[in-house]
Amino acid sequence: MRFIPHTDDDIAAMLATIGVARLDDLLEHVPKGLRDRAAIALPPGQTEAEVAADLTGLAAGNRAVSDGLASFLGGGYYRHFVPAAVRAITSRAEFVTSYTPYQAEASQGTTQAIFEFQTMIAQLTGLEVANASMYDGASAAAEAVLMAHRVQPKRTVVAISRALWPDYRATIRTYLSALKNFDLVEAPFDPATGATDPAALAPYANDRLLCAVVGYPNAFGVIEPLGQIAAAVKQAGGITISATAEPLALGLLKSPGALGVDIAVGEGQSFGMPLQFGGPGVGFFAARMAQVRQMPGRLIGQTRDNRGNRAFCLTLATREQHIRRERATSNICTNHSLCALAATAYLTLMGRRGLRELAARNVELASQARARLRAAGISPRFNGKFFNEFAITVADPARALARAEAAGVLAGIPLARDYPELADSILVTVTETNSLAEIARLADSLAGVG
Amino acid sequence: MAVAKKTVSETPAKDILDSTRGADTVALIFEESAPGRRGVDAPGGAASEARAIELLGADLCRADIDGFPEVSEPQALRHFLRLSQLNFGQALQFYPLGSCTMKYNPPLNDEMASLPGFASLHPAAPIHLAQGALELMARLEAALAAITGMDAVSLAPAAGAHGELAGLLMIRAWERKRGGVRRKVIIPDTAHGTNPASCTLAGFEVVVAKSHRRGYLEANEIRRLADDETAALMVTNPNTMGIFEPEIEEIAAALHERGALLYLDGANMNALLGVAKPGDMGADIVHINLHKTFSTPHGGGGPGAGPVAVKAHLEPFLPMPRLARRADGMLDFAADRPDSIGRLRAYHGNFGMLVRAYSYILAMGGDGLADASRIAILNAAYARKRLASRYPSASAEPAMHECVLTHDLEARTDVSTLDIAKRLLDYGFHPPTIYFPLVVHGALMIEPTETESRQTLDDFIAAMEKIYDEAIAEPERVKTAPHNLKLGRVDEVAAARRPHLRWRPEDPKSD
Ligand SMILES: Cc1ncc(COP(=O)(O)O)c(C=O)c1O
Repeated sequence: MRFIPHTDDDIAAMLATIGVARLDDLLEHVPKGLRDRAAIALPPGQTEAEVAADLTGLAAGNRAVSDGLASFLGGGYYRHFVPAAVRAITSRAEFVTSYTPYQAEASQGTTQAIFEFQTMIAQLTGLEVANASMYDGASAAAEAVLMAHRVQPKRTVVAISRALWPDYRATIRTYLSALKNFDLVEAPFDPATGATDPAALAPYANDRLLCAVVGYPNAFGVIEPLGQIAAAVKQAGGITISATAEPLALGLLKSPGALGVDIAVGEGQSFGMPLQFGGPGVGFFAARMAQVRQMPGRLIGQTRDNRGNRAFCLTLATREQHIRRERATSNICTNHSLCALAATAYLTLMGRRGLRELAARNVELASQARARLRAAGISPRFNGKFFNEFAITVADPARALARAEAAGVLAGIPLARDYPELADSILVTVTETNSLAEIARLADSLAGVG
Repeated sequence: MAVAKKTVSETPAKDILDSTRGADTVALIFEESAPGRRGVDAPGGAASEARAIELLGADLCRADIDGFPEVSEPQALRHFLRLSQLNFGQALQFYPLGSCTMKYNPPLNDEMASLPGFASLHPAAPIHLAQGALELMARLEAALAAITGMDAVSLAPAAGAHGELAGLLMIRAWERKRGGVRRKVIIPDTAHGTNPASCTLAGFEVVVAKSHRRGYLEANEIRRLADDETAALMVTNPNTMGIFEPEIEEIAAALHERGALLYLDGANMNALLGVAKPGDMGADIVHINLHKTFSTPHGGGGPGAGPVAVKAHLEPFLPMPRLARRADGMLDFAADRPDSIGRLRAYHGNFGMLVRAYSYILAMGGDGLADASRIAILNAAYARKRLASRYPSASAEPAMHECVLTHDLEARTDVSTLDIAKRLLDYGFHPPTIYFPLVVHGALMIEPTETESRQTLDDFIAAMEKIYDEAIAEPERVKTAPHNLKLGRVDEVAAARRPHLRWRPEDPKSD
């Protein structure tokens, strides 16, 4: 086996040192009944070429890619161009094959890069402190609700916008399912604008309101009136949580922190990570410094070494499972560090201007696409301002999508499964990866289905 | 896995920001920025910007991203490549971090994950256009079931701790279905911190079982602790002492007799391949860390994947999404799973990691996997034996793929386990896990893995011996290590005392 360096002589010499005759003598203490049944019923190992052939065949079975379809899919995971330098950085073995930076002196590459990640997430979200990453946007949203409860343990009502991504809402429900003292309520969206109605929070705006969770932009691509929502929640003494699945939007939109949000979470996949059928991306999590001790996840802090050099290390670990055990702020251990590095490299390359320009390009193209569709007789579902995705209304979404597919276009995601009230709607997402020709093809393929 | 030891800070709190930057360290990216520099030429440029602000309305838009980096592409590359050189990594150094299974990560696996058919596949693609990905997931589920001896597998969890949460919520759901939820989960004192933390998150109360002084769990202790309120025992096997739990089958039977379940933390699965299957031990649930046993890279702390495998009676409770084959033979995600605990995350799982693990399993085969565990056990036994005179084992029991060692240097010369770890860095080795498990004072937990050669082990052993002798002859040298790295000993206490968790434009520039 090519990954195992031992020769027969090595094994014999090592066994002799240990003082046993055969490898299996080292297993004598494992109950024989278990050993006798332990053979693994899998085919024998394969050469590298054989493995590559097998997996290349499976990859080819993903016709969404291999057939070269133009894609307008989004819905929480976004197609963006990834500069080659990102991969050149994230494929460095020093980053790829290291562990969590427990030994700071041997991990300054990881710790400094993550310190930079924390800084950039804080800058983007307009909050004071960000952690070293979470698994994804949905689990980060669930952890944000749990953090809110640590900050305000006497309050119970969790108001979740119905226009928050369905997967995020489901994940929050799962994370809270075993815990007492949570009352989940749903804040409806305005059927005209597609935005959460701040007035709909009024019935919950009292001293039982723990937090409100809203998408920014939301699951229909609509930009929520986050400032109004945060103000209403704050007046009731609650905590506002924003969840952003398309963080490119934060390059152009006002930051959650500037709008009064207390905890801003989201999915960072847009920042330099390929689609990979939905993972791994990276959850981000930002909050205010006053509540840093209630945050989940790892944190990197600045310090010095014994020679006076600037250095970085894991810090405030007394919140974490390996110290605090059952009283930890979260059970998270392994996070998504290498993805956070990808985001750091991506954001560094995009920079102050580039990120803003790219966000603007997405807005412009999505708006053009919507206009083209309207000209082809397809009505937008909502009239709220949107970032790079929007819902459209068609007579029969399944038929419309099939027709587009036949024309080589993945036109969008049907909303019926998660929103029965939007059974006639499709979510269309447009990014800088879509050419004007593709947008024309999208409109042509759907012409007349409205 | 490591637990920090309390040390005394030598840095006055106010001086945290007042540091120099040695020639070998790297400026912060923000310090390398200059207004107007850019690392990409964005499509659309300023023209799009004016148009977008008009479309959205200026009141929705921010003016700027204060302090965001502005560097050229070559600067960005150099910055991160120089940072990378400050890291140790398994590909470059021996990295015997116990409980973490730092084994070789074959480059082919990364290459396979970046095939466009996988890397560019959108998770909401219509399933008839994503059959290759679903087929891979189905095959990986089947392979993991065969390896663990379990009946059904979910690939959704993102890491081991996420799998733990899934498993514990399933225990709850199963009990609720049977009419009532029990409050308590038993966890041995040797357990990893995620186990009790996951219990809290899943609404359980933790009851700590005391290990035998030789480092394993006795069935008698479980019989004593398990009552009508006990939902499960959560145990790592081999445990964090590296010891195969000798009474595991009896423990499983005792739990089942009382209507409780056995949750097996499979973080140490690298000892069990072709040796003993969790399913045969009586486990009802086991999670597996693909980033440990199945060689997906650790990435400086993730991403990984933590599939959870169960016996048939728990299958209905597995998290969403759940793969299912339709009548027409096509793979799909099941729509109707009324007993499922629900979703743990968005979309389907850390698919990129699943590709790597599947690629690894194909390369190893059933026979190669069995060899891997045997050689991993051989390496640990060899290191343990050869180090015994200076670093005796914490337990006399035979060990599996890792061993927990101790030493008498603290008493003899005031040299701590942390000091030994830092001195190992000078010799070019990443230290073992230290101060874990918590039940062993000053523990050194060594997990060599099967992909390290006898020669590497001999070099490591020689360094460990040398450090012991140095600690006697020249303790200051060890206590002030590392000396040969680009940075000296990092003051972790100062970092915690005055948390500085992000750069700000007004921070003093260190140079
Ligand atoms: C014994 C044990 N259990 C659980 C975990 C948690 O796994 P993860 O870090 O993937 O969440 C680890 C690893 O850190 C471990 O060593």
